[in-house]
Amino acid sequence: MPLNPELQGRVFPPTEPYLVGREKVREFSRAVFATNPVHFNVEAARAAGYDDVVAPPTFAVVVQELSLAQLLADPEAGIDFSRVVHGDQRFTSTRPIVAGDELTATLTVASVKSLGPHSMVTAQSEITDAAGEHVVTSISTLVVRGDE
Amino acid sequence: MTITTAPDFPSLAVGDIVAERSFPLTRDSLVRYAGASGDFNPIHYRDDIAHAVGLPGVLAHGMLTMGLAVQAVVDWSGDPGRIVDYQVRFTRPVVVDPESGAVVAVIAKVGQLDDDARAARIDLTVKVGDETVLGKAQVRVILG
Repeated sequence: MPLNPELQGRVFPPTEPYLVGREKVREFSRAVFATNPVHFNVEAARAAGYDDVVAPPTFAVVVQELSLAQLLADPEAGIDFSRVVHGDQRFTSTRPIVAGDELTATLTVASVKSLGPHSMVTAQSEITDAAGEHVVTSISTLVVRGDE
Repeated sequence: MTITTAPDFPSLAVGDIVAERSFPLTRDSLVRYAGASGDFNPIHYRDDIAHAVGLPGVLAHGMLTMGLAVQAVVDWSGDPGRIVDYQVRFTRPVVVDPESGAVVAVIAKVGQLDDDARAARIDLTVKVGDETVLGKAQVRVILG
């Protein structure tokens, strides 16, 4: 089933604030084979000029996921999750995420395209901190496989 | 504990290899990433489900491959805060064998230099065996 083309341009409500925990940063860092001490050690992070331990560059996916869940759960979008493949991903940061950040993601459907039987949806999540300042923009293109 | 200083921008040239690393993945790595990221899609830990949906076996999360590949650049740059943009295309899945796992090899090369911003575009080659698994993997690093 092709995706609903009227999705393009749709903006979802901001997600509930996500509080970035210090142990979550350490756990995620270990999972992606990070070794820089600023990811684990508060003193090292402070010596490098940060308020607390620093999340790896792809950590924003955890917050973006909450906004993508809104899109996937929307019956009007008509996305069959079992047919979804991650096509590409991009993160553009103003600053790194650190423990203690309270982050909110606002998802916009940037584009919907058909490619033969398949559909491609590009979702752009603007992630901001408690002060409303931009932290990172996370862009995912999902390929929804149609019947061959 | 050491705080690495930024690489010396003027000494860089397009084509320089700045980092090379390889990451051995096992099923444990996938379980760890599932827990850390919250992505519990069973194709990342159950062979029966992976096979049922037509996959050759359990796959690493694309975001795990993306997340570890950039570590080569994080370590070279000395500070993850210097990475301001990172993009990849997921071109081929990484199959993780239950016994032998998989090894993801990363080569990081200078692709472009921006003198005004003192920024480097680092291009990553990310392979398992002879096969490239990430396309257009580019990291923008401010070395200011």
